[in-house]
Amino acid sequence: MNSLFEKVWDQHVVVAETDESPAILYIDLHLVHEVTSPQAFSLLRDQGLTVRRPEQTLATIDHSIPTTPVSSLADLVVTSDTPATRQLVQMEKNCNDFGIALRDFSSPERGIVHVIGPELGATQPGMTIVCGDSHTSTHGAFGALAFGIGTTEVAHVLATQCMLQRRPKTFAVNVEGSLPPGVAAKDIVLSIIGRIGVDGGIGHAIEYRGSAISALSMEERMTICNMSIEGGARAGMIAPDDTTYEYLAGRPYAPSGADWDRALAAWQQLPGDPEAHFDKQITLDVSKLKPMVTFGTNPGMVISIDEPVPTPAGNDEAFAKALAYMQLESGKPLAGTPVDIVFVGSCTNSRLSDLEVVAGLLKGRRIADGVRMLVVPGSQQVKVDAEARGLDRVFKAAGAEWREAGCSMCIAMNGDFVPAGKLAVSTSNRNFQGRQGTGARTILASPLTAAASALTGVVSDPRQFLD
Amino acid sequence: MEPVTRINGRTVVLALDDVDTDQIIPARFLTTTVRQGLGQHLFADWRYDADGRENADFVLNQPDAAGAAVLVAGRNFGCGSSREHAPWALLDNGIAVVISTEIADIFLNNSLKNGLIPVIVDEETHRWLLDHPGVEVSVDVDALELVIPEHDPIPFDIDRFARHCLLNGVDQLGYLLQHSEAIDAHEARTR
Ligand code: SF4
Repeated sequence: MNSLFEKVWDQHVVVAETDESPAILYIDLHLVHEVTSPQAFSLLRDQGLTVRRPEQTLATIDHSIPTTPVSSLADLVVTSDTPATRQLVQMEKNCNDFGIALRDFSSPERGIVHVIGPELGATQPGMTIVCGDSHTSTHGAFGALAFGIGTTEVAHVLATQCMLQRRPKTFAVNVEGSLPPGVAAKDIVLSIIGRIGVDGGIGHAIEYRGSAISALSMEERMTICNMSIEGGARAGMIAPDDTTYEYLAGRPYAPSGADWDRALAAWQQLPGDPEAHFDKQITLDVSKLKPMVTFGTNPGMVISIDEPVPTPAGNDEAFAKALAYMQLESGKPLAGTPVDIVFVGSCTNSRLSDLEVVAGLLKGRRIADGVRMLVVPGSQQVKVDAEARGLDRVFKAAGAEWREAGCSMCIAMNGDFVPAGKLAVSTSNRNFQGRQGTGARTILASPLTAAASALTGVVSDPRQFLD
Repeated sequence: MEPVTRINGRTVVLALDDVDTDQIIPARFLTTTVRQGLGQHLFADWRYDADGRENADFVLNQPDAAGAAVLVAGRNFGCGSSREHAPWALLDNGIAVVISTEIADIFLNNSLKNGLIPVIVDEETHRWLLDHPGVEVSVDVDALELVIPEHDPIPFDIDRFARHCLLNGVDQLGYLLQHSEAIDAHEARTR
């Protein structure tokens, strides 16, 4: 009686765990980006080691790159010799020296690591996937065991294609009911984090299950799994089903022909047995869920759009500090708060369907005066697809900026940032102090809520725009 | 890694819950390609004002915090991003131990890999430490005991393998490389 997690885990154990030592776990796919890898490559160099499986290593640049057009790294070096650019140069050198193909500025396959893995079909059910990035949990949407690791572990995986890992506990999050109009996958995951808290998943791998999860598209499932880490869980998984297989069929790195048939047969064995045990379980009904917005400085500080900013129980220093930082007051409504910036992007919500939702609302309308809106596709492929559908023209006609792919204002390493004191409604995943720029105030929301807020210039319930 | 058996030091208290790694080391300092030198940016947005002057109110800027090697932190310390720059920055700033009731998974893992000792204690001990900043404590990695004033030694737990590596300065990458044959066999079996 095994759960999805247990099946995937067991298939990857090279050396079993004992009291004395963790398991040695085999890693099928290693995603690498410029920010958390340089010191790992240095470690390999210092010890005279090579990369064991360059072909199982998917490298790109995403965190610190400009989202304005750049033709090549060589060009960027000439115009902007910054530490970020030097880190990109180092990335190029590391990939060259160690025989790893880098999806760089010239590559149509580049984009945010967690967007391109699935898009290329490199992310597949039953795989183990790691990256020096906590949102690696995104790939769990395919029934993969995927989690973020530190830079020392990046070196371990580069050199041995393995890592040392104790088996986490399991946590079933059952989500039932049908989602009301105007309410999105992002709202589901924000409400889950609000319920379990930002530390509720520590030590656990989550499996999201239930009718509401089965009804979601792959892109929506990725949004859910993406934010598992915001609930403290390193991994979040969803059992593969026909939605998963349909998404993967025909993608460049997905198996084809007889290989596909073999893979499919194996994938169909992955869903957990009905009687599988979980160390922890919760159940949520989303049939009355409303759009969710954060009011504080972590993703667990979240309310429905029509609720007032909560009052802390007792003397809560962190809560008071968060509200002071956000310049919000307990008891006052959050809806109606003036917005300076709207950011649509990040590995949580930058896929084609996210952009379509936003364009659907913006079409034929203008964003409010004084609001700056940035739309950043998750990958160059998403950009091409969006432009083929004319979405770029909708964004520009509405007064929004349309950019090249990258992490951009989610992490504010590349020059796209929210100025101090300004309020952003953002489709990203972290509202930590300073995350979107020093002093930036972030409200996390769905793409629909972000678009509605851009149109009105205040934090807004998108359901007012529904016919 | 140098072996670590015991750390003696003074505490500094940062009582806030849910301190994330973006606070420990803001993302704009992650453009470095080396591990060294991050200590100056530790808690940068809390430690310095907009003009780069030290914020006198912030605990780490207070005179008695100088030289403190033990950070007593709130619940769920180190949540958020997987950046190993967080333990690097703490270590570079002289912090060798973090004590809390709960420490986020990835940060805890990254800490152990760098010789920063995570010590999880019960609520009562934690409360006492929060209320008594600046006390001298001793963390014995071998005996797995935390010695604080006015208390019997307090047992704590560290993963046995991580403890073994800390005590003996074992390089975990070297350990993995010793298992190359098992890795070959796994690849042969699953291909
Ligand atoms: S978009 Fe944001 S959260 Fe996602 S990988 Fe990039 S920086 Fe991290």
